Amino acid sequence: MAQLKLRALNKTYNPQVVPLKDLSLDVQDGEFLTLLGPSGCGKSTTLRLIAGLEQPTRGEIWIGDRNVTEQAPGDRNIAMVFQSYALYPHMTVYDNIASGLKLRRMPASEIRQRIEEVNRFLGLDGLLKRKPGQLSGGQRQRVALARALVRRPDVFLLDEPLSNLDALLREQVRAELKQIFSDQNAPIVYVTHDQTEAMTLSTRVAVLNDGYLQQLDSPKRIYTRPANRFVAGFIGSPQMNLLPLKCDQNCAMLGRYPIPLPDRIRLPEVILGIRPEHVRLARPGETSTLQGQVMLVENLGMSDLLSVQVEGTSIGLRALLSPDQSWGEKNISLVLPAESLHWFDPQTGDRLP
Amino acid sequence: MTNSSSQASTHALSTRRIGLAIVILLILIFSLAPILWQLLTSFKTTADIAAIPNVYFPKQLTIEHYTEIFRRQPFLRYMFNSGFVAITSTLLCLLIGTPAAYALARLKLPGEQIVLAATLIVTLFPYILLFLGLLELVRTFGLANHYLALIVPYTAMNVPLTILVMRSFFQQLPRDLEDSAKVDGYSTVQMLLQILMPLTLPALVTTGILTFIAAWNEFLFALTFITRESMKTIPVAVAQLSGTAVFEIPYGALAAATVIGTLPLVLLLLIFQQRIVQGLTAGAVKG
Amino acid sequence: MSKTLRDQERQTGWWLLAPAVILLLLVYAYPIGRSFWLSLFTQNLGTELQPVFTGLNNYGRMAIDGRFWQSIGNTTLFTAISVLLELLLGLGTALVLNQSFRGRGAVRTIALLPWALPTALIATTWTWIFNDQFGVWNDLLMRAGLIKTGINWLGDPHWALWTVIAADVWKTTPFIAILLLAGLQAIPNDLYEAHTLDGASPWQNFYRITLPLLMPQILIATLFRFAQAFGIFDLIQVMTGGGPGGATETVSIYIYATIMRYLDFGYGAALVVVTFLILSLAVAIAAFWLSKLRPAGDWR
Repeated sequence: MAQLKLRALNKTYNPQVVPLKDLSLDVQDGEFLTLLGPSGCGKSTTLRLIAGLEQPTRGEIWIGDRNVTEQAPGDRNIAMVFQSYALYPHMTVYDNIASGLKLRRMPASEIRQRIEEVNRFLGLDGLLKRKPGQLSGGQRQRVALARALVRRPDVFLLDEPLSNLDALLREQVRAELKQIFSDQNAPIVYVTHDQTEAMTLSTRVAVLNDGYLQQLDSPKRIYTRPANRFVAGFIGSPQMNLLPLKCDQNCAMLGRYPIPLPDRIRLPEVILGIRPEHVRLARPGETSTLQGQVMLVENLGMSDLLSVQVEGTSIGLRALLSPDQSWGEKNISLVLPAESLHWFDPQTGDRLP
Repeated sequence: MTNSSSQASTHALSTRRIGLAIVILLILIFSLAPILWQLLTSFKTTADIAAIPNVYFPKQLTIEHYTEIFRRQPFLRYMFNSGFVAITSTLLCLLIGTPAAYALARLKLPGEQIVLAATLIVTLFPYILLFLGLLELVRTFGLANHYLALIVPYTAMNVPLTILVMRSFFQQLPRDLEDSAKVDGYSTVQMLLQILMPLTLPALVTTGILTFIAAWNEFLFALTFITRESMKTIPVAVAQLSGTAVFEIPYGALAAATVIGTLPLVLLLLIFQQRIVQGLTAGAVKG
Repeated sequence: MSKTLRDQERQTGWWLLAPAVILLLLVYAYPIGRSFWLSLFTQNLGTELQPVFTGLNNYGRMAIDGRFWQSIGNTTLFTAISVLLELLLGLGTALVLNQSFRGRGAVRTIALLPWALPTALIATTWTWIFNDQFGVWNDLLMRAGLIKTGINWLGDPHWALWTVIAADVWKTTPFIAILLLAGLQAIPNDLYEAHTLDGASPWQNFYRITLPLLMPQILIATLFRFAQAFGIFDLIQVMTGGGPGGATETVSIYIYATIMRYLDFGYGAALVVVTFLILSLAVAIAAFWLSKLRPAGDWR
């Protein structure tokens, strides 16, 4: 099939509003790429540019060996699933699914055959003659998926397709999505602001912020090796601790506690990152611990989130600990395992190796 | 709370309710009385009509005024003229105004703000400012006593309203639907016809009713451009009924003619009042 | 770069817009522009309807035309009084219709009725009601003992303009009421609840919340009605024809008579131009006022 290539894609509305700044990336056949970021980061703009619903100010879009930058959306052979599903309310489910095929003058028999095929694994039986208004949210979502799948497009675009489902249904459909799209041999671009969706569905994740690509990596590496301070803070919940610290020789000073820096880092200040789930209680007799006072305990069910004020500082550290003890307002000693530490340059925000 | 104060508050509440009822009654009388009086007049005998003091509860009712206007005047013809001109101009207006409204709502055109502002301002100018120039055009093109002399201006005078109402309607439609249609491969015109038209049908009906009312009621152009009896519309024909006989105004016939001429509009209002209110507010407030 | 696609969309847009724009230019812009041109010519029965260029002569004639000034005065009076009354009655009606009571939908429909009916026909109804001999209005007043003999409402120069105003108020109050009602219904109820909790009386609720938040609608309705009332034609033409003795002759009636009765096209065109300019000025002032007020009222 075809590979999707974005080349230095830029969208400028006016000098103040630049939703997308020179984005380049490739998506391979069958690859599930998620564009992830906070609202206004440029992820939806990117998707709309790929679809041709908006025109880039600069840059090119290639599908396979076709430069589609100048092509109308309908000529690009892409399919898109919208957040609101965008089913045509006056058409039956069958006509909704068939509309793109009819416009391409596909013979009715082939349309019927394709719809039956999609119907089989989406379970739309009995719905085909209904109007979208008579469907539940989950059913509408399936119809929207069917409308995309039946097209057998060169590229699939999905714009937050799960955000209109309630929490319970969302998990179920998420699993189904993963299964459905694992069989598709076309690039899949998925937009979401939900990191769980990004982590579970994607083969690769592109984290965007302020129109810039922050990191493009597998979900695992996005979590274990965030490329900069933004990605570190954006991915993971509860949020990673990001502590600006002064350095003394080859240690960063967390209050009076020295934390050894990796060899190559020689800066007057650094940002130390550690995920709350990686902070652990010190075992009796363990050295290089730090003392702190528990300021706040939030019960998250399967663990407790503690806010700890590090002794002798005003620095707060969040730690995710097992909930089977009770935390008064007492002092505890914690360990920051060296292998779980991340270091960032306070100036550029980039990860320090 | 003590017992007496709670009594006082229910007392205040009931005075309030009575006050409201009285005001509502006044509104109803204000709105209905003139129409009902005309209705009553149309069924009174000529003797009762001219009776002094006035007869409020006639002992005898008659339909002679109704038969008279249909006998002495080509009244069906006037009705047809009004209906034909109003319906044709309404359809034309929707046909011309709706695409323009869509373009102004969705497509980013340079200068669209100017077109929109001009559309708004145009609705403020009374027809008397137009009629001299239009009269010339009508004469130049030989359209006097021709339906087109009314259809064209009626269409034009309703286009701004159509644009404002339909534009606000298009803006309320979810944008995803149009995007989805584009990705599916619909061209702009195909999308307008096959996706948006069915969805805007309610708004088209709303707008159509407003334009129909305006066209049916128009007086100045109908008075100026049409002089032949068989081409006259209802408002002009009825107004001239009182003018033709200076000394003996046929009040009964006039009342009957008024009732007949307003009947279609009363029916429209009764059936579509919800839509009319929507359209009026969409056209004026949101614009 | 990526011009072709956007150009295509733009081109489609212009095609969609073109018929409407052409029609509006033909029916609105051309006649008014043409009037500017014609106003520079004298073309009447004296010139045997041949246009003779006379520059600004028509405007000079207007300056000393007492009938013109009287029509301006009548129009101004008619507009000011009728719009003011309509606003007050319309606001009152809207406030009542905004209350919840049984049969509100039906009352609203009935209240809207006068607006929907053809002005020319309604004019005959009012002419009949205000008839000096058989009119029901005189009859009611006499029965109530307020007057002894019938008043010639439309034939007496002291009463005629007021009578016409009454008919206009009846006809167009519903329009204002419906616009203001929509505005009232858009004001969120929790504003009133919060204000009441703060200790405000219903009257304070009205002038601190309702009135300020309704101001945009009030101004828009006023602007619309002002323009319509300034150009009033059909109601007066049918009820009095401008009489008696010019007591109800508005600018529109005068323009119509100048052109259709006296066949004085050049002077009629000049009248059109001056009316257009006066109206434009008033609308510009009102629009400016509105745009200054809009941000304050932009709470939605």
